[in-house]
Amino acid sequence: MRDKRGSGLGWTIFFSVICALYMYPIVMVVLNSLKQERFISTSTSFDLPTAETFAGMENYIKAIQSNGFLESLFYSLFITISSVALILLCCSMCAWYITRVNNWISKMVYMLCAFSMVVPFQMVMFTLSQTADKLDLNTPFNICIIYLGFGAGLAVFMFSGFMKSIPIEIEEAAMIDGCSPLQTYFKVVFPILKPTMISVGVLETMWVWNDYLLPTLVLDIKKYRTIPMLIQYFRGSYGRVEMGPMMACIVLTVLPVIVIYLLGQKHIIKGVLAGAVKG
Amino acid sequence: MEKALKKWFPVFVLPTFAAFIIGFIWPFIQGLYLSLCRFTTVKNAKFVGLENYIKAITDSTFGDSFWFTVSFAVVSTIVINVLAFSVALALTRNIRGTNVFRTVFFMPNLIGGIVLGYIWQILFNCVLSSLGEPLLSLNTTAGYWGLIILMAWQQVGYMMIIYVAGLQNVPPELVEAAEIDGANPLQTLFKVKLPMVMPSITICLFLTITNSFKLFDQNLALTAGEPAHATEMLALNIYNTFYARSGPQWKGIGQAKAVIFFVLVVCIALSQLRATRSKEVQQ
Repeated sequence: MRDKRGSGLGWTIFFSVICALYMYPIVMVVLNSLKQERFISTSTSFDLPTAETFAGMENYIKAIQSNGFLESLFYSLFITISSVALILLCCSMCAWYITRVNNWISKMVYMLCAFSMVVPFQMVMFTLSQTADKLDLNTPFNICIIYLGFGAGLAVFMFSGFMKSIPIEIEEAAMIDGCSPLQTYFKVVFPILKPTMISVGVLETMWVWNDYLLPTLVLDIKKYRTIPMLIQYFRGSYGRVEMGPMMACIVLTVLPVIVIYLLGQKHIIKGVLAGAVKG
Repeated sequence: MEKALKKWFPVFVLPTFAAFIIGFIWPFIQGLYLSLCRFTTVKNAKFVGLENYIKAITDSTFGDSFWFTVSFAVVSTIVINVLAFSVALALTRNIRGTNVFRTVFFMPNLIGGIVLGYIWQILFNCVLSSLGEPLLSLNTTAGYWGLIILMAWQQVGYMMIIYVAGLQNVPPELVEAAEIDGANPLQTLFKVKLPMVMPSITICLFLTITNSFKLFDQNLALTAGEPAHATEMLALNIYNTFYARSGPQWKGIGQAKAVIFFVLVVCIALSQLRATRSKEVQQ
C-alpha cells in the first residue's frame, strides 16, 4: 500500500518495454518491406532500412500489380463477408427454434453442434472436400455453405446459450399481438441478440479470414486463392521467391486487420471473452 | 407459442441443418467408414477392415509425431498459462496504461497462422544465422522451441484476457480479509485468488491443450515438418499422409490416423474438463 505510486510507474515502464518487443516481429516485416529487393536476406532482416537500401513504395506497387493480390483480396473479403453473414442469420434462427421448441430434434441438433466443436478438421478434411466437389460448392461464391455447415457448431452453441437468458414473455406477447414467428424473430428477437451477434461475428470472422486448410482443399488453387493460400503458395513454389513484394503483401494483409482491431477492440475483446466463457 | 413455432422448422432450422449435414455430419460418417477402406477417391473404396489402423499405428512417423505433439502440448500449455496468468495478475493492479498493454498483447491472435509462421520464420532464421547455427529447416531443436515461442506469443494475450476477467470477479473483500488475517501475498495468491479463478483456468487449459494438439497452420508455415519430418505434429502428419505420399494405400491410412487423432483429442478434452471442473469452488 505504501509505495503504490512508485511501483506502479516501474510496472508501466516494464510493460512498455515488453510491449515494444512484442510488436517487433510485425515492425520487422514493415521495415523489410521498405528495403530494396537485393538487400533483403536471411542474415540482415534486423537491419533498419538506410538511405542506400530504402526502396520507397516500390515493393508495394509490385505486390499490388502482380501475384493476383487484388484478386485474392477480393476472394478473401467476399468469402468472409458472405460466410459470416450467412452464419449469423441462419444459426441465430436455428438457435432460437431449438431453445424455444423442446423436442427430440432440438436436443439432437444441439448435441451435434456441441460435439462438432471438438472434432479436429483433419477428421473430415478429405471427405468434406470430396463432398464439396460433388455438390459443386467449390467456388468462392458458394463456399459459404460449407462454412455455414462447419461453423454452425460454435455459432448455434453460443446463440442458444444466450437465448436461454432472454425472457420468453416478450416473444409470447408479440405472438399474441398477431406476429408470425418470422415477424417475431426479426422484430423482437433479432434486436435483442445484437451483442451476441457481435461476439459470434468476431469469432467467425477471425476464423474464416485466417483459414488456410479448408479453402485450400475445397477451392481450385489454380483458379482461386484466398490471402493465406496466396502467401503459402508463393513460398512453396519452386524458384526464387521475391522477398520484397512478399513482405509488402504481408503488411498489406496484416495492417487492415490491426486497424479494424484498434477501432473495434472493445467489441472484439468482449466477443472473444463471451465465446470463451460459453465454450 | 411452442406449437405455433413448431411447424416453422423448414424456415428456421433446415438451412443450417442441411449445411451442417453437408459440412460436417456426412463427411464425418463417411470418414469413419473410409478409415476401414482402401481408396483414392470416394468412389473406388474397397473394404479392408482394420488393416489401415494397424498400418497407421505401426507407421513410425505417426508415433514420432505423436510424441512430438505431446511434448509440445505439455510445454506450451505450461508456458502459455503461467505467462498469461502472471501478466493478468500484474495488469489487474492499478497501473497506468493497462488498456494499451492488453490491446498489444491480444493483437497477434487476429493474424492468421500462416502469416505468423512466415514472419517468425524470417525472424528465427535471422537470429540463427547471426549465431552461426543451422537454419530452421535443418534444426530440430530450434524448430521445437520456435513453435513454442510462436504459440506463446500468439496465445498469451488471449488467455490473459480470460484470466483478467476471472481475477476482476474475485471479490476484493475476500482478498482484504485474507490480508487482515495475516496472509502474505503468496498465500493470498495460492489460497484465495487461484481457487476463485478456477473456472478461468479450466477454460484456458482446455483452449491451450486442444489448440496445441490441433495445431496445423503455424506448424506448416514455420517448419513444414522439416528437417525430415522431425518437427511434424499430428495434424500435419495426417495431412502429409493424405496428400504428400503416393500409393493407393495412404489415403486409407491417413483417414485411420485422423480417426485415432479425433478420439485422442476428445478423450484429452473430456478428461481435462473433468479434472479441473472438480477443483472449482462454488462462489
